[in-house]
Amino acid sequence: MLLIQCPYCAVERPELEFRYGGEAHIARPESPSELTDEQWADFLYMRSNPKGVMAERWRHVHGCGRFFNALRDTVSDRFLAVYKAGEPRPAIEVSAPAAPNKETGR
Amino acid sequence: MSEAILYSADGDTETVLAAPGLRVSRTRPVARFAFRGDAAAAGKAGAAFGASLPMTPLAANQVAARAALWLGPDEWLLLAADEPPAAIAAGIEAALADVPHALVDVSERNLALLVEGERAARLLNTQVFLDLDLAAFPVGMATRTLFAKAEIILWRLGDEAFAVECWRSFAPYIEGLLLEGARGL
Amino acid sequence: MTQIRRTRSGGRIDRSQPVRFTFDGRELTGFAGDTLASALLANDEHLVGRSFKYHRPRGILTAGSEEPNALVGVTRSPGSGTPNLRATQVELHEGLSARSQNRFPSLGFDIGAVNDLLSPLFVAGFYYKTFMWPKSFWNRVYEPFIRAAAGLGVAPTAPDRDRYANRYAHCDVLIAGAGPAGIAAALSAAEVGARVILADEQAEMGGALLHETGATVERQPADRWLEAALAELAANPRVTLLLRTTAFGYFNHNYIALGERVTDHLAVPDPDLPRERLWQVRARQVVIAAGSIERPLVFPENDRPGVMLAEAGRIYANRYGVLPGRSIAVATACDTAYRAALDIHAAGGSIAVIADLRERPDEALVAEARAAGIRVETSCVVTGVLGRKRVRSVLLGRLRSGSVTAAGTVNADCLLMSGGWTPNVSLHSQSRGKLVWDAERGAYLPGAAVQAERSAGSCAGVDGLAAVLADGAHAGAEAAREATGTAHAPRQIVAEGGEAGIGWVLGALPHDRDAARVRAFVDYQNDVTAKDVKLAVREGMHSIEHIKRYTTTGMATDQGRLSNMNALSIASTALNRPVPEVGLTTFRQPYTPVSFGTLATTSRGDLFDPVRKTPIHGWAAGQGAAFEDVSLWKRAWYFPRGGEDMHRAVERECRTVRESVGLFDASTLGKIEVVGPDAAEFLNRIYTNPWLKLGPGRLRYGLMLNEAGFIMDDGVVGRLAEDRFHVTTTTGGAPRVLAHMEDYLQTEWPDLKVWLTSTTEQWAVIAVQGPKAREAIAPLVDDIDLATEALPHMSMREGHVMGGIPCRLFRMSFTGEAGYELNVPPSRAREVWEAVWANVEKLGGCAYGTETMHVLRAEKGYIIVGQETDGTVTPDDVGMSWAIGKKKRDFVGMRSLARPDLVAEGRKQLVGLLTRDGTALLEEGAQITREAVPALKTPALGHVTSSYVSPAAGRPIALAMIADGRARMGETLHVPMPEGAITVEVVPPVFVDPEGARLNV
Repeated sequence: MLLIQCPYCAVERPELEFRYGGEAHIARPESPSELTDEQWADFLYMRSNPKGVMAERWRHVHGCGRFFNALRDTVSDRFLAVYKAGEPRPAIEVSAPAAPNKETGR
Repeated sequence: MSEAILYSADGDTETVLAAPGLRVSRTRPVARFAFRGDAAAAGKAGAAFGASLPMTPLAANQVAARAALWLGPDEWLLLAADEPPAAIAAGIEAALADVPHALVDVSERNLALLVEGERAARLLNTQVFLDLDLAAFPVGMATRTLFAKAEIILWRLGDEAFAVECWRSFAPYIEGLLLEGARGL
Repeated sequence: MTQIRRTRSGGRIDRSQPVRFTFDGRELTGFAGDTLASALLANDEHLVGRSFKYHRPRGILTAGSEEPNALVGVTRSPGSGTPNLRATQVELHEGLSARSQNRFPSLGFDIGAVNDLLSPLFVAGFYYKTFMWPKSFWNRVYEPFIRAAAGLGVAPTAPDRDRYANRYAHCDVLIAGAGPAGIAAALSAAEVGARVILADEQAEMGGALLHETGATVERQPADRWLEAALAELAANPRVTLLLRTTAFGYFNHNYIALGERVTDHLAVPDPDLPRERLWQVRARQVVIAAGSIERPLVFPENDRPGVMLAEAGRIYANRYGVLPGRSIAVATACDTAYRAALDIHAAGGSIAVIADLRERPDEALVAEARAAGIRVETSCVVTGVLGRKRVRSVLLGRLRSGSVTAAGTVNADCLLMSGGWTPNVSLHSQSRGKLVWDAERGAYLPGAAVQAERSAGSCAGVDGLAAVLADGAHAGAEAAREATGTAHAPRQIVAEGGEAGIGWVLGALPHDRDAARVRAFVDYQNDVTAKDVKLAVREGMHSIEHIKRYTTTGMATDQGRLSNMNALSIASTALNRPVPEVGLTTFRQPYTPVSFGTLATTSRGDLFDPVRKTPIHGWAAGQGAAFEDVSLWKRAWYFPRGGEDMHRAVERECRTVRESVGLFDASTLGKIEVVGPDAAEFLNRIYTNPWLKLGPGRLRYGLMLNEAGFIMDDGVVGRLAEDRFHVTTTTGGAPRVLAHMEDYLQTEWPDLKVWLTSTTEQWAVIAVQGPKAREAIAPLVDDIDLATEALPHMSMREGHVMGGIPCRLFRMSFTGEAGYELNVPPSRAREVWEAVWANVEKLGGCAYGTETMHVLRAEKGYIIVGQETDGTVTPDDVGMSWAIGKKKRDFVGMRSLARPDLVAEGRKQLVGLLTRDGTALLEEGAQITREAVPALKTPALGHVTSSYVSPAAGRPIALAMIADGRARMGETLHVPMPEGAITVEVVPPVFVDPEGARLNV
């Protein structure tokens, strides 16, 4: 069970207090009706799913209730940073996997 | 026994469990509000309420029979045992007429249990995964968390006294687990 | 004669307290402080079990939790009990009843032992080879046979009546293992003031100190020092000592699970005590002080009862006062076995020979043994034993330049062996720490830590008591420093004795026997032999992971702690590749077997989940209502009267509601108060419907989509004021809807000034439905005008009932009849309900439950989210395009409604179905086809979503989702069932009052 630092409560709490919220920094388009079907499908369904550092959303649902973002290494399950919603992704070096994963990114 | 005036284990309360070094009771009814808004709104609300709304995460501020618990950066739980909800709400709303905020009466939504005694922290730790050592969870700290599968607000009233606020339909489950946990603790 | 192998004196048992117990029904006696294993050995019982595959007789191999052979079932009462307990861990208590396993009809004569004769059939991979063909035999012949033959103990047949407890704990330093390293670590860490948990799986703390009789610590006998050290730790309030507690799982972020066995060792446990307690510990730092495990020698017949690890023999002699045999042979490649021989000799045992593989063992040890009159043979290998249920004699061979020649037989009823020591790296490996091969020691040692942990003492490859104590003290101080930030010098502990064990051997030993006829076991519990491992390699298994699965070596309850290194060495030789290149399988949780009760703790029975009850529940129960589970809630399902079955009760309730009035508890509906200047704008974005122009005091049905365009929830929303809405959700959808709203509010539209508060339990909801609904509530309402002009359908007022009880009164309907919903405080709900009930009864009305509610709404064609919809249904699919605000620029899910796949033809649409015969009741979920007997693999046109007997229609009705359903009105379709197809007609999905005239009475 992971320990996650909540940037609002400023404490570390067990994973059970949190809900995972998928990839971060995918903003809902301002005017969805102007998008093509392909663009809309891309927004709805396409995610990067990296091996390594991922920016993801978490919600401290059984705590302060806030959504926030975290950088987690999906290989080691280590959290590299947590930051409040609306703040930019911290510049943290991506720990490169052994071989570049050609399936990553789009 | 708790020194708090807000919650009381005496009088019109119900004893759930009494054992050496351990007492669990349902407290008497209190008025409760969910208050939401920014820091400016919270400032005005605190002045009107009579207990300022803490800006420090996980802090609680109690003044006599009123208390404000920080639950989130724009969320507080207000508790009062001296006036009916309508009167309290009117006072706060009057002071915040021009300030965006939300004040919602949740007096009936929650029930509170008092868990007291030298074994109180140990009993809670049968189902609460937080570190309840005084250094890690000092007197006056309040937080939403989980009690087994039920969400609660846990507020430390004293070295050996905690308030557990929960939605009313979860109370029998929490009481059942406290009774079970107290056996052979 | 009893306890014939008991020494005259010594050991930590209490000779003044005899303890009676039974093994396979035979009454035996031991002493307080014995384990079942030591008590059996005291009575000269070595044969205690049969092996898993070949049913070979097996004895006691070890003195610890790694025991692979001596598995027993312990019973406290008929039908209960625990199988597969290790006799070496079962503490003796008065009346203990243990049984051997895996034998029929008796331990001494076992029919299954025929497998041993058929062993050529059961070689590695035999399941894969033997049961391949014919395919049809798998289900009927092979699998039942394997299932019957497999498994070790017998599972209990009665429900577990024991209680299991849970405890969350935090500490600065968790120390796993209270041997010399762990105790030294605890002393050092505690000196800094750190919060320490010290856990040990045994009944006493001390590990090797409990049998290092010759050693001194701080110039005292080891056990005297141990007693003082434990007293010091026990007196420290920041230190928690946990006996009989196994650290069985090391998980992410230093989360460690401990299993504490609380009452199994007690003859008459306090009924208030749990049988076991799960400790879920979050430790800042972990010190693993798990010790090391002696390794068996791999030689023919090394599994015969009487063959035992050398240090185990020493432990039985020194700690339990038991000699493991009358005449004892010792076979070794390691110095520590000499200490075992000498201690047993000193305790009065007879050592027949020490056969040392090595050409030149330590001269001082050899001299000491010979001075004690013990025969020592060097370059001498054990090549087998004679005797089936007990060792009778030991075969020796002379090793010369790699070949073996017979070197005679020694009469002995016990053979102690030592292949050297394997550091116990299980927990380090569980923590994801890597292992490093140490060629000089022939062992894997803990490598760099991934989590905040360190290994100390012999599990880290440190040998000898003084060095182990120093290493433990250092590890404890370091761990405490990192956890607390306070540095302190490690405790200095002087020790003498308990010398390091030099010497080791890995893999199968050479012998002069007929290789085709003898078997040398590598994994005892799974009956894996050296030959099996070699065969697996020959058959193409080159990865140790494949060899493990093909042979099952290392898959026993000890997780390969005894067998892995020998298996690895044999594989390495067969593959002609060095050991580290062959790799090592991962040690997995749990370290030792854990009962289901320990994992479940209190999550069982009534306390498995919260059971949520409404304030009306007690009244409904008093009326004899049947209840159904809806999410965590108990909801009244129907109210049978005078022996009615469900069908009759529901029919009566339906008629009553349509004819007079019905009373329904809707308290479980989710409620959210949406407050703030942007409340209407927020709802406008979240729901398909338009909200900006809804006036205060008005209600509107709201439909909510997810971003993919599919219906996720619905409910009636009331506008209390310009900036305040009362939103209702489905019972099961309440948490999901609130999370969905919070997600958009916080992450997409943080600029909106609006806040959400759950008020589900702030309001109890009493629904009154039917033509006489107004009559039923009018006498109770204080200050709200109920006239249709003042309070029309889909409107609401705040006011009071019964002289001052606050009430949010909604005029709305989910039945098609005129109706009201009274939202009142839960603390007053019961009295309001009973007052309404009194009026309802006078008017000839009834209380109704969720089943009637479902029928009434289906008669009107109202959908239930999750019944008509399944996460792939759009508003248009269920004929609810009317709920979409046509002029809205955007709402969640709007763009998706224009997706090509959602506007394409052929989508399933909501329709009604009537059966041709007018009597058949369709089955919900049944498929609908064009033909009565469609060809195989014909896709269905759709499926039945709701089906009830409708009292209003006078016949069964159904709702269904059918491809292009609205274009099929009047078509005849079929619902194929096992008894034959049912013919149905497609009709509009509204069966009662299509114009809605009844709503406005």
